[in-house]
Amino acid sequence: MIDNHILAPIFVQLFTAIIQLMCWRKTLTQRYLSVGGSLIGLMVAFRLFNRVYEGGILTLNAANWDAPFGIVFVADLLSVTLVLLTSIACFAVSIFSSVGLSRQRMLYGYFPIFHFLIMGLHGAFLTGDIFNLYVYFEVIIISSFVLMTLGGRKAQLEGAVKYMAMNILASMFFLTGIGILYGITGSLNMADLSIRIQEVQNKALIGITSCFFIIGFGIKSAVFPLYYWLPSSYHTPPSAVAATFGGLLTKVGIYAMLRVFSLIFIPDDFTRILLMVIAVLTILTGAFGALIKTNIRRLFSYLIVCHIGFMIGGIAMFSKVALMGAVFYLIHDIMVKTNMFLIAGLIRQLRGTMDMNKLGGLYSEYPKISLIVAIVLFSLVGIPPLSGFWPKVFLFQEAFSQHQYFYIAALIIGSFVTLYVIAKMWSEVFWKNPPASEGMENLFAPMPPYKKILMVLPIGLMALATLYIGLNAEAIVKVTDIISTQLMDPSAYIDAVLGNKTD
Amino acid sequence: MELLLVLILGLLYAAGVYLILRRSMVKLLLGIMLLGNGANILIFVLGKITKGSPPVIDGAYKVFQDIYADPIPQALILTAIVISFGLTSFAIVLLKRVYALVDSDDLDDLNTPEEEDI
Repeated sequence: MIDNHILAPIFVQLFTAIIQLMCWRKTLTQRYLSVGGSLIGLMVAFRLFNRVYEGGILTLNAANWDAPFGIVFVADLLSVTLVLLTSIACFAVSIFSSVGLSRQRMLYGYFPIFHFLIMGLHGAFLTGDIFNLYVYFEVIIISSFVLMTLGGRKAQLEGAVKYMAMNILASMFFLTGIGILYGITGSLNMADLSIRIQEVQNKALIGITSCFFIIGFGIKSAVFPLYYWLPSSYHTPPSAVAATFGGLLTKVGIYAMLRVFSLIFIPDDFTRILLMVIAVLTILTGAFGALIKTNIRRLFSYLIVCHIGFMIGGIAMFSKVALMGAVFYLIHDIMVKTNMFLIAGLIRQLRGTMDMNKLGGLYSEYPKISLIVAIVLFSLVGIPPLSGFWPKVFLFQEAFSQHQYFYIAALIIGSFVTLYVIAKMWSEVFWKNPPASEGMENLFAPMPPYKKILMVLPIGLMALATLYIGLNAEAIVKVTDIISTQLMDPSAYIDAVLGNKTD
Repeated sequence: MELLLVLILGLLYAAGVYLILRRSMVKLLLGIMLLGNGANILIFVLGKITKGSPPVIDGAYKVFQDIYADPIPQALILTAIVISFGLTSFAIVLLKRVYALVDSDDLDDLNTPEEEDI
């Protein structure tokens, strides 16, 4: 079904950014525009989600070129779910950054670049053309470079060098892979590629090409041997930026892997083993890295890496139940990780530091805020009724039926280490008596009340979303069920894209 | 012609990877640029080189009469060149700023543990 609404989330962000560029130095106007634009974007994304959930896959041929020749945009349920989650995160981060960010950074164009970044994310989720996916990846990384360096402190720039070098390298791998893929098949449309790749005789060549994609997306999504840029750069930018990065950017890599490996390179035994080894090592190294960190954001960075491994493992097992687990974990992870970095920013406002050794006593001083934070932390750990628990059920179930015992061990170790570091963080930051406060500055107390509310509101909103995912897991399971069915059997996707020719 | 291009792109990739593995920031930058150019030539070669037949249909006909050069790789390369131009210019400015701050060209010196004041 052809529908022009697919592009609406992209255009909302694009126009928000352009209008903001016109009020370059008026930061107050930019703040209103940003929150307003994000709200409209959220509503549009919700509408699009409903349409796709009820009506099935929507497509749009750019400039009315027929499917395999022009660029096609496809909104299947996986895409629109991620667009919806991105919009929720964008709304929360937009509110948070309008009060939590220094005016200096806003003057250098934080808000327009932020909206360009979200536009790139929406585009990457919605496009059905692999070269277009590359272009949207570039939109994402160039915006993220600017956001990462905004402010120009020494640590930020140092982190940005590593981030930039690794991400450009990832793009080069991706581009090389696309080049070879085009040479083999002569097509760039993902649905068309899915059909044509089956007719290729030289299976070894396809296996090598898929390695380029594994490396390219692996760097983006921070998997084991390729993740070292992440913990050495994500602790440097302001919290609002880190929240966008931590919650959304690595997940684009996971999305791209899900898409490419379900449509084009159906995992064979070699790819499965490779992905499984990567997943296990990612979980273990991420978990052990998190054990020794005392800075909250460095700890969260390693937890991102650890939990990426859970999803890669789901892709490696590549069955319906495993993909349900991976997609559910993706949904849960976007909500929780974004919120964690916002919480880190709030703690920074309350105490002036993010070092656990210097923090303490937040619970006695701010019991209500602590309660909201507790919900998020429990969800991350996966205490049964909350959101982190449900995807693990699917992952464990499938791992047992496929006898992936190393993965089960890694899942258990990863979950326990997460529990341990979160419990440690809770007791250090919230329960422990505050250490002698030398140079401790509370930036939160002198703020006017409306700013305080605006700062806690996004965290509360995201916590509510997390609670909804956890307590109403049945609805999410229904959605992930449809998504994984579509991923396992891409014929609906292919028909939706290429079937337009007969109209 | 194809053999020459293949040799050049192999050379560009090898030199790019070699330079990226060095510790100097300038060499990192040069390596990224060489890799980008290598990828562009790769797309060009894999799109099957056809000499002297542009993808333009003669006015008298409705469809192509002969083998024609595939325009898509050229469109892809054009896009990739523009993107890598933007990325490279950003990288140059960033590395220059870092050089001014750290006063060193060595990537191993980029490990200041300072992480407060955000």
